[in-house]
Amino acid sequence: MRVFAIVKRIARQMKRDRRSLALMMIAPLFVLTLIWLVVDGDDYEPKIVYDNLPDPIVESLEEHTGELTTGSEEEAVQLMQDGEYDAYLSIDDQAPHILLEGSEPSINSAVMRAVQDSLKSFDSSSQLNEHVVEYLYGSAELNLFDRIGPVLIGFFVFFFVFILGGISFLRERTHGTLEKLLSTPIRRWELVSGYVLGFGFFTIIQSLFIVTFAIYVLDMYMVGLFWELLLVTILLAMTALSLATLLSTFAKNEFQIMQFIPIVIIPQVFFAGLFNLETLDQWIQVISKFMPLTYGAEALQQMMIRGAHIQDVWFEILVLLCFAFVFFVLNIRVLRGHRTL
Amino acid sequence: MSFVEVRNVSHSFGSENVLNQIQLSVEKGKIFGLLGPSGAGKTTLVNMMIGILTPNRGEIYIDSKKVPSFDVIDMTGYMAQSDALYQELTARENLEFIGSIYGLKSSDLKKRINAVMETVNLIDHLDKPVEKYSGGMKRRLSLATALLHEPKLLILDEPTVGIDPVLRKEIWDEFRNLQRNGITIIVTTHVMDEAEKCDELGLLRDGVLMAQGSPSELKEEYQSDSIEDVFLSVGGVK
Repeated sequence: MRVFAIVKRIARQMKRDRRSLALMMIAPLFVLTLIWLVVDGDDYEPKIVYDNLPDPIVESLEEHTGELTTGSEEEAVQLMQDGEYDAYLSIDDQAPHILLEGSEPSINSAVMRAVQDSLKSFDSSSQLNEHVVEYLYGSAELNLFDRIGPVLIGFFVFFFVFILGGISFLRERTHGTLEKLLSTPIRRWELVSGYVLGFGFFTIIQSLFIVTFAIYVLDMYMVGLFWELLLVTILLAMTALSLATLLSTFAKNEFQIMQFIPIVIIPQVFFAGLFNLETLDQWIQVISKFMPLTYGAEALQQMMIRGAHIQDVWFEILVLLCFAFVFFVLNIRVLRGHRTL
Repeated sequence: MSFVEVRNVSHSFGSENVLNQIQLSVEKGKIFGLLGPSGAGKTTLVNMMIGILTPNRGEIYIDSKKVPSFDVIDMTGYMAQSDALYQELTARENLEFIGSIYGLKSSDLKKRINAVMETVNLIDHLDKPVEKYSGGMKRRLSLATALLHEPKLLILDEPTVGIDPVLRKEIWDEFRNLQRNGITIIVTTHVMDEAEKCDELGLLRDGVLMAQGSPSELKEEYQSDSIEDVFLSVGGVK
């Protein structure tokens, strides 16, 4: 069976090339951990200088701030210039007056939150209608890392498979082995299938690694079914692989494969759900509809955060299948340029 | 009809004409040398014979079948100018891969691997990764992959580049051996003394086949002592 011969050969090559194997298996875990370290930190507790505030507010502020000190406005400005404090709070003419250091938006909002929470608890009327918050999906613990996690999983699967698959097929051409193969009785579809299955085997292991690590080690929020998640990541990997082998036809060397990263990979990250696109213009949202990662990430997000099943994300899965199929057929077509048979 | 027939083949890459109305025939069991300087179109012509390049005009028949055809591919062994080996794999793994693509059974395959590695004198290096091979060894392994499935027609693109004279002689002796078993060999070369060893020669220059015949016929026709002189005469230098 010729397809199997290719699968076996790719497995042997990968086994020899330990570094590439490590890139595929370990690198995603490493980067994911880095992002987790950066994003998954505790909420920032702002440092505030106050002046002329009633005691109950100061007490409440103490709970909401990291550091709290009293001082005049001039002293506060000096402290903010030195970068030691984030804001100055006082009450002038019955209205709170806030002076923000202002150079870091996330700190600004942290200060505003702290101040609002403190003032609210001071206002006795609000204590009466303490509101009850419930979550339809997710929980109060759901943070940024949990939200972008599914997108990151999808992205890493896509990225590393794309690089490895693309370069490996490119080498087949530049080292003359593709020509040699096409001088043998192998059919073009067998060659492409062999590649998809050969790398497919490794992408299954890779997906298993990434998903297991994200959920059980980094404790990413996950209410879906593990194997369903795996199915989507494998499908995404197949799409990435068939796209990579297709695009490798248009590259002359490894460096030119790298040139596809800013054109093919990076835009997908931006448009696939890392940022909320709903506030953007319609035409920008349309761009995302042409990107495989959009559907992969959407399905993963639905599964991990909202507990969706295969049948709930059938549309995303169908689109991914279509992408993979179209790329597969185009690969076979492109090989016609080498041998019409 | 001859074993290999090239009929009126012309080809151009873009606006550049690489082959112009090539007409040649090779009889079964002969060693045919395609002689010409680099850039003459030798590789283009042999690529067409295997079927990995389709000519713009004209056609090629091998064993009465029009190229490209899987029947022709099945009985042809091809050795490209580049070594076309998987560097990370051992010689045995390379041969096992090519062998299973040709559908050889594993018991046969084992025997054939040993046989071809004997032939190219690499049997002691069977389990060495190709990246540790020298240039000449890679060339010979490349030849071994072309011989593996016992082809009736061998197409070899510059097979002896980078191979020392002793080994080159051995390889040519092996060609003679294969020829005795009825195998037809088409070999491209730009080395004149190799050309003398062929049964038939085609002189190719700038995509034009300038002469075809046995080395002695050609020398007689152009009243020269060596193929090199023949080449210069047809090229209009003398």
